[in-house]
Amino acid sequence: MGGLRTAGDLVARMQMTRRMRLPAAKAYVAERLGVTPGDLSDPVTMADVRREMGLGTIPTEDTAGPGDALAIEAKLNIARVLDVPVRSAERLRELTRG
Amino acid sequence: MDIPTRMGDGSLVRMSRAAIEAEVEAGVEAAVKRAKVDPLGEDEIDHLVDVFASPARFSAVDIGQEVVLSSDGVGSQDIGSRINDLQTYEQTVCTDTVELYHHDYSFKPIKPVLPFEQETMRQAQLLLTIPCQYGAMPDLGRYTAPDGPVANWSQLLPQGRIDESRAAQEEAVEHAVEDIVYVADGMYEAGADGINLDTAGAAGDADFLAALRAVERIRARYPEWGIQVGMASEFVLGMHGELEYEGVRLAGLWPADQMRLAARAGASVFGPAVNVNTGKTVAWNVARTCTICRPCTEAAAIPVHLNGGMGVGGVPMHALPPVDAVSRASRACVDLLRLDGL
Repeated sequence: MGGLRTAGDLVARMQMTRRMRLPAAKAYVAERLGVTPGDLSDPVTMADVRREMGLGTIPTEDTAGPGDALAIEAKLNIARVLDVPVRSAERLRELTRG
Repeated sequence: MDIPTRMGDGSLVRMSRAAIEAEVEAGVEAAVKRAKVDPLGEDEIDHLVDVFASPARFSAVDIGQEVVLSSDGVGSQDIGSRINDLQTYEQTVCTDTVELYHHDYSFKPIKPVLPFEQETMRQAQLLLTIPCQYGAMPDLGRYTAPDGPVANWSQLLPQGRIDESRAAQEEAVEHAVEDIVYVADGMYEAGADGINLDTAGAAGDADFLAALRAVERIRARYPEWGIQVGMASEFVLGMHGELEYEGVRLAGLWPADQMRLAARAGASVFGPAVNVNTGKTVAWNVARTCTICRPCTEAAAIPVHLNGGMGVGGVPMHALPPVDAVSRASRACVDLLRLDGL
């Protein structure tokens, strides 16, 4: 689907965690992001959506600034926005609880 | 005008549209005869012919019909570090998921180096956004003498020592399940997004049983963790012959029944594998793959990611598969099978 350029990773997370088939996974992610299922594989649309919602992007100077969530930072947002468990985000919360 | 197309070994040949159509029809017929499945419809055969009769370098699904891409290990492990491989696939290749793997791609040899693998996974998870799973093969043959703890059934079977061969396979299943679950536990702890049991059934029905039993235990511990099961071949070989999972005999299962058992065990994603005949055209192989897998995707309750790589799913058996063949095989299978991924 285009992974981090689009929403392929987010749709994959629904397949992996909730065992959703593709149409259901796309519909779920689209609803949570406020876009259409067709938008999910469009890099132009998704670049804006991902930045606004802090869902991570390609970490280059052309695509991300210091204020953008990347990698593990983005995964904390992905877990919240999609309401799915992201194991590495859970670990980060556990290890930084203080 | 003759159209450039490919053989299953990747070599380029030229054929007329009529010859390509004959290849597609023969591929369907071969699947119907071998796997006892229904043939493709006329419109589906016409679509396959259109895909393969195009001289374009690349072929693709319609915009909006893209599917998820998972994999059995990413990166060459020859440039930079394994984490660099994962980052390259995330940020340059832009796959939807990545998979960390040890170059000895079996659960048994990973067990003694698990702490190193866990630390690599942990660091990878800090740097990646997309899902990163860990993958390896059940690889039941690893448990046989002289390297493993159980008798070697490949030596026992030719001697007619059937009962001993079966006992050895049953013992190997127990060892494999323990190792797979041990590695899965470690990877969950390290932050992996899932585990991939790749090439399940490679050593036959006992190998597939080990995968199913391991999946069942892993799912019971982690209800929302990714568990992928990718098959080794289209048909489960009956090296044991009498093994069952939940009352279903494993020897002789085709993709639809393999998928049903993987789903029942708790897999998130199932990957059927249909082997490539290198002496036939890619069009023949893709037609055969679609016909064999149709009952699987129609009945699926979980996502199906067809194995589409070197020597399976219609993709030529070559280390550098030509993109014209890979894209045609992928597009045709997604179009006809309504796949959830590749």
